[in-house]
Amino acid sequence: MSQSSTNLFSPVLAIFQSENPGASLLGFFKQLIMPVIGILVFLLIWDIGAKNIHTSLGTFPGPVQVYEQTLGLIDEHQAERQKEQAFYERQEQRNAKKLAKNPDAKVKIRPYTGKPTFFDQIGTSLITVLSGFVLASLIAIPAGIMIGLNQPLYSALNPLIQLFKPVSPLAWLPLVTMVVSALYVSKDPMFAKSFVTSLVTVSLCCLWPTLLNTAVGVSGISKDLQNVSQVLRLSFMTHVVKIVLPSSIPMMFTGLRLSLGIAWMVLIAAEMLAQNPGLGKFVWDEFQNGSSNSLGRIMVAVLVIGLIGFMLDRVMLQIQKKVSWDKTAVLR
Amino acid sequence: MTTTHLELTGVDIEFPTPKGSFKALDNVNLKIKKGEYISLIGHSGCGKSTVLNIVAGLYQATKGGVLLDGKEVNEPGPERAVVFQNHSLLPWLTAYENVELAVKQVFKGKKSKAEMKEWIEHNLELVHMTHAMHKRPDEISGGMKQRVGIARALAMEPKVLLMDEPFGALDALTRAHLQDSLMEIQNELNNTVIMITHDVDEAVLLSDRIVMMTNGPEATVGEILEIDLPRPRNRIELADDPQYNHYRAAVLSFLYEKQRKPEESDAAAKPAKKEKLARNLQNDTTEETTGAVSTAETTTGNDKVKAA
Ligand SMILES: Nc1ncnc2c1ncn2[C@@H]1O[C@H](COP(=O)(O)OP(=O)(O)OP(=O)(O)O)[C@@H](O)[C@H]1O
Ligand SMILES: [Mg+2]
Repeated sequence: MSQSSTNLFSPVLAIFQSENPGASLLGFFKQLIMPVIGILVFLLIWDIGAKNIHTSLGTFPGPVQVYEQTLGLIDEHQAERQKEQAFYERQEQRNAKKLAKNPDAKVKIRPYTGKPTFFDQIGTSLITVLSGFVLASLIAIPAGIMIGLNQPLYSALNPLIQLFKPVSPLAWLPLVTMVVSALYVSKDPMFAKSFVTSLVTVSLCCLWPTLLNTAVGVSGISKDLQNVSQVLRLSFMTHVVKIVLPSSIPMMFTGLRLSLGIAWMVLIAAEMLAQNPGLGKFVWDEFQNGSSNSLGRIMVAVLVIGLIGFMLDRVMLQIQKKVSWDKTAVLR
Repeated sequence: MTTTHLELTGVDIEFPTPKGSFKALDNVNLKIKKGEYISLIGHSGCGKSTVLNIVAGLYQATKGGVLLDGKEVNEPGPERAVVFQNHSLLPWLTAYENVELAVKQVFKGKKSKAEMKEWIEHNLELVHMTHAMHKRPDEISGGMKQRVGIARALAMEPKVLLMDEPFGALDALTRAHLQDSLMEIQNELNNTVIMITHDVDEAVLLSDRIVMMTNGPEATVGEILEIDLPRPRNRIELADDPQYNHYRAAVLSFLYEKQRKPEESDAAAKPAKKEKLARNLQNDTTEETTGAVSTAETTTGNDKVKAA
């Protein structure tokens, strides 16, 4: 993750924490000045560049158009929500009338099936990426610990890991889709098939960094601590909980953060290719739509994808700081 | 008390290395009585830690073996507690929790929760760590960490306490302080102890017997020196004690005369003074067997060792 963006927020915090706001205000501007210059220069180049790129859908969107499109997307979302509310209100009124006439009448409320807005798609993508990431972590962390503790197992599995690690999500996707539709058959499915497909693809691709880093962390436990564990005759579980887990937490989190980054990238690609609901589908739909607003809306999506990826990493960093026993370690 | 408690018989160890096997120890024999305090001394790399690790069960002897109360030792266990050179505390646990981990392991089902708590606090008290028992290792000094390491080992109520240069990484003042604490504790508990050290004063001050090892490879027990000084011992009084200085000179003679490091003996041009000192020291050791030592001779010998 970019470092300048980290620093972008730290001065703001520093002001609130400081006892001498005057002095830190000065420091605040000093710290803020370079990131702001960076962003302004970027906006300028973007604006000039955009004006000179002419596509079949009009000129490339500059900052101003992107801002307008953002407002447009927000309006659209609010309009859709109002429609939805109105839809449910109408149903309730109708049902109330029915019941007034005949108290025994069967009433039901049909769900609203409007087009998902940009913000709905963000929600879908976030839920999918987090589910896929959690699933992958639940597999990768225990597996990584086992592999790290057991050298023969590591030797046995290493070639397979190295083989599958670099596989692109797009190569997995057709296989996963076919397997999911073959195996995931139920009359009343708890999750949509598209959700399961995205989730499995994401998991398959983001499993590896956590697995490998956990294994490396576990196998790198200091000889001294292993000796302590042996002298105390710690049971396997106590050994894992008291010694293995704490000492491999830094490596584990390096892996988890890499995994989450990959999960987010993979998800967008998978949604785009498989037409599964989410931000990827939003981008693809806009591309197919080809209206004069499309490029602007895609650009909004691009920025939002970047921003969400960044925030996900920050969240992981906060969790890492929370669970890390070494509070003096510099984490970023 | 006089029966053998711990016995090493014909211990050999060979380490497999890329260049073939490396024989670090050859026929190490040692009998230790219950409650005896043994120091292992010898040049760096001679195999002291290896001996200790074999007794701990962390290494397996290639030939020969270790008997503790008549039972063969072949795996690590809490009845042979180890104080490691670099404390080896779990950095994510407080001093209290570090000791607790060991106590829970040893006294599970034998002590109630309250008894365990009391026992942990008692052991931290022994090493004077009560004031900082809820601090983590990175929040306490090196000497304090070593204290906690000792408390952890003591709390296991081991049959044998193994210490690998427990004070090696500490400054002289802290070391002296910890040695005094250790002597106090030892007076009270009378543990069987094997301690590795590089420090001749430490060895003489603390031990009942000093085991001097020859240089490796294929190191073995060179000489064993019985330290017959009354306890409790006081370092200041002992500084002028002829007997003490005689023991000291005997160890120095073994280390720097008989078991000179190879690179030291290579130095062709040796100053005459050093020769003389060596002869002086030799005299001391030969006389050691007879028991009679003149005060003047040993103190001068001692001074010259300091000067050298
Ligand atoms: N696991 C091992 N594999 C191979 N060689 C080893 C191993 N452990 C120790 N050795 C060798 O055995 C010899 C004795 O080592 P040891 O660590 O016992 O020395 P030491 O007397 O404790 O030295 P120091 O005072 O420096 O700690 C050394 O030459 C060392 O290289
Ligand atoms: Mg050693």
